[in-house]
Amino acid sequence: MAVSKLFGAKIKRREDPRLITGKATYTDDLQPAGLTHAQIIRSPHAYARIKRIDVEAARRHPGVVAIFTGKDLQGKINPIPTAWLIPNSDLKTPPHPALAVDTVRYVGDGVAVVVAEDRYTARDAAGLVRVEYEPLPAVVDQQKAMERGAPQIHTDVPGNLAFKWGLGNAEATTAAFKAAERDGIVVSQHFVNQRLIPNAIETRSVVAQYNSGSGELTAWYTTQNPHIARFLMSVVTGVPEHKVRIIAPEVGGGFGSKIPFYADEAIVAFCAKAIGRPVKWTEDRSENYHSTIHGRDHITDLEVAATRDGMVTALRGKTWANLGAYLSTAAPGVPTILHGLMLTGCYTIPNIEYVVYGVFTNTTPVDAYRGAGRPEATYLIERIVDLVAAQLKMDPAEVRRKNFIPKDKFPYTTAEGLAYDSGDYGPALDKALAMVDYTRLRNEQKRGPKGGKHLGVGLSTYVEICGLGPSAVAGAVGFQGGLWESAVVRMHPTGKATAFTGASPHGQGEETTFAQIVADELGLPIDDIEVVHGDTAQIPMGWGTYGSRTTVVGGAALVLAARRVREKATKIAAHMLEAAEKDVVFDQGRFYVRGSPDRAKTIQEVTLQAYLAWNLPQGVEPSLEASAFYDPSNFTFPFGTHIAVVEVDGETGQVDLKRYVAVDDCGRVINPLIVDGQVHGGLVQGIAQALYEGAAYSPDGQLLTGTMADYAVPKAHMFPHFATDRTETPSPHNPLGVKGVGETGTIASTPAIVNAVVDALRSYGITHLDMPLTPERVWNAVHGKTREVKAQ
Amino acid sequence: MKRPVKVTVNGVAHSHEVEPRLLLVHLLRDVLGLTGTHVGCDTSNCGACTILMNGKAIKSCTLLAVQADGASLMTVEGLAQDGNLHPIQEGFWEEHGLQCGFCTPGMMMTALDLLQRTPDPTEQQIRMGLEGNLCRCTGYQHIVNSIQHAARKMRGAGAKAGRSA
Repeated sequence: MAVSKLFGAKIKRREDPRLITGKATYTDDLQPAGLTHAQIIRSPHAYARIKRIDVEAARRHPGVVAIFTGKDLQGKINPIPTAWLIPNSDLKTPPHPALAVDTVRYVGDGVAVVVAEDRYTARDAAGLVRVEYEPLPAVVDQQKAMERGAPQIHTDVPGNLAFKWGLGNAEATTAAFKAAERDGIVVSQHFVNQRLIPNAIETRSVVAQYNSGSGELTAWYTTQNPHIARFLMSVVTGVPEHKVRIIAPEVGGGFGSKIPFYADEAIVAFCAKAIGRPVKWTEDRSENYHSTIHGRDHITDLEVAATRDGMVTALRGKTWANLGAYLSTAAPGVPTILHGLMLTGCYTIPNIEYVVYGVFTNTTPVDAYRGAGRPEATYLIERIVDLVAAQLKMDPAEVRRKNFIPKDKFPYTTAEGLAYDSGDYGPALDKALAMVDYTRLRNEQKRGPKGGKHLGVGLSTYVEICGLGPSAVAGAVGFQGGLWESAVVRMHPTGKATAFTGASPHGQGEETTFAQIVADELGLPIDDIEVVHGDTAQIPMGWGTYGSRTTVVGGAALVLAARRVREKATKIAAHMLEAAEKDVVFDQGRFYVRGSPDRAKTIQEVTLQAYLAWNLPQGVEPSLEASAFYDPSNFTFPFGTHIAVVEVDGETGQVDLKRYVAVDDCGRVINPLIVDGQVHGGLVQGIAQALYEGAAYSPDGQLLTGTMADYAVPKAHMFPHFATDRTETPSPHNPLGVKGVGETGTIASTPAIVNAVVDALRSYGITHLDMPLTPERVWNAVHGKTREVKAQ
Repeated sequence: MKRPVKVTVNGVAHSHEVEPRLLLVHLLRDVLGLTGTHVGCDTSNCGACTILMNGKAIKSCTLLAVQADGASLMTVEGLAQDGNLHPIQEGFWEEHGLQCGFCTPGMMMTALDLLQRTPDPTEQQIRMGLEGNLCRCTGYQHIVNSIQHAARKMRGAGAKAGRSA
């Protein structure tokens, strides 16, 4: 294989010129002729019966084009489905009408929509719609929702229990705990993984247009997965799939929140069809906080059994996952498949028993937020391993090292049944310890607090599951779709190329990394390659961008398609060179007979002949393009070690994050600049969960953090300069050797921070604190106000 | 009742009759078609709508168009001159200072204001200077690098201009 020129190169992004000059087009930038604007009227109550809706005043308002209520939509558009039907869980899927008909189930549930000539008028008119509610007692806490006598949110879902899902071997686990009670230790802890709000800086937006002449529905749409959106748009609106075109223009961040198919998109499409004019709907931020999915929100009781020398032998636990009022698109799979299967982390823990209760509450639906289930799992295992170390008075680095899956055991089948593809956890740990100068820090710590400031060091040695994923596995775990990816590489007569991907990047930089891949495979100048994504009328069926799958699965499809182009070009080149195909070599864009590099045909010359087709070899069709559909044989399992160094002020409770070291192993690296960017962005989201962020509801279901002024989206000055480095353990089954890096930072960093803060507070007898670790929470713990977190 | 508003945007004079309640950002985006300036929140927190008004960074979602009457405005579309990127744009490109790009126009306009006031900022001054701008993608580190890159370049250009003057 020729040495790659661009794979591994720090190339600046080709996406950027349009983005830094204001020439990019996001959904809300579009203004098709005849555009109208929609405003959705939403419930101010967490749970209520709708007694009456009076739209007459609004209808008379000048500039109003149409108003629809839930009753108007009934029978005309289908309920919003969930797409992850986890098996063996008795999953309940109560109907989710696009607009509520008689009952609203969370603050933000849509009840009516106004369409008007401009956005101001739409909002004015929305204020004139009178909705009479009969408020009902609401429940927002998932454990309270399961109690006897709690408000019942859906008929036919007793106890608000959407599902009960479990894994593991109860008998073997019980035996391991009994043995540990006798000869070892058992460590248990109650954990709260608080609810987060994703906060893509671009809110959701849709522009829908229906052509009654052709029957085509076009929707420009802030989605991470245009084909899934097309499929569900077709299912919900009844417009046949081949008549639906979804276009994801520039998408301003997603982090999982733009995976689901929301009621709002279907409502806007319905309006466009009903009024025969294009309709735009763009959330405002507060609306986004109430109506776009939230993430996390787990309550967990966890315990581990370990030997006295620190080998963890079993893990047992129960999690109560808050799903919100309705099942969002992927919601059932997030706290189960994406969470439960990763609980033993990077350790050889042989026994597990775990149960997850998925619970409806009167809150905004919860679905995949960056990491989706894996941050919650990593938080649990990385916190409890620290608790084992603390109880045994061992160094947390040593307990981890002792329990690591050894390098020679890969592929390694975990107690949960996953086959980790490759790993070498020791070198990443060693590198991180060296970077942070661990020994010196521990010595410094022994000297005690300085000026009331306590030094803490926290580790997180994580592994995550990426590159979603083998379609057969997706089917086996109830995901209602495949998880392969598609690519087309099309050469043009002038020797330029277009690469089409079924993935849908929205900031991750694959227009650049994918061009790097194609340039290497075909020996083309990178500027001669265009990467196209996001438009269902242009690209083959694909499953989109999430789960750190775009480069792993989409990139693999792309390299296979490019190789097919090269194979066909080789046949044509051999014919042009009057040589046997087996004697023709390809090197950096040139075909020649082995030993005669001077008489070469360039890929551009060969491409032209492929299109002219005046003299092609027998059996070779004109043109030069190829497609590939890549279904991975396994997931990929990136890993690494993150270390946080904090100072905690015992007087004020203030946590000062002094340093952060991240050593990640995401397999082979295509573009180190982009990988660093992905890591940094993930870190900030994960660190912010530990220190700053948290969605809060009042007991009656009002979102108290309902605006950006109330929810702590972190700022630049809240972070130190991160130190990043890598080890490189290629995935053995991926054609590019890549593993994915989109979520590592978020998954790894949260427990590193909490471990560091708890480490700093050890002298106070504090063994655990729930997030976010605000000064108030830390101060209360330090000053004995939160007794349950103190050691007995 | 509509009111007349005259603004100069990126050196071009505009005159429009607008509703008194029209937000400046909507004048830019919906009336003038300058969609490079974005809206990311409704509480003046995110800074995606940041532009320069009479040379100073302001949040165009928090000002009425009529309040800008007579003002000179600069948006992201006005950064590049004669097809040449502004050093701040170069910095963001070179240092991977953006991912989804949605916060970027506001970030760059804030950076311009910052560098006009503080030509040689420390990392901490940059981080504090970005207090009114949120980015959810980059983790800010590459944005800091981008602004440092731009600062070096702008100081170099300034020194050169000083010498030739």
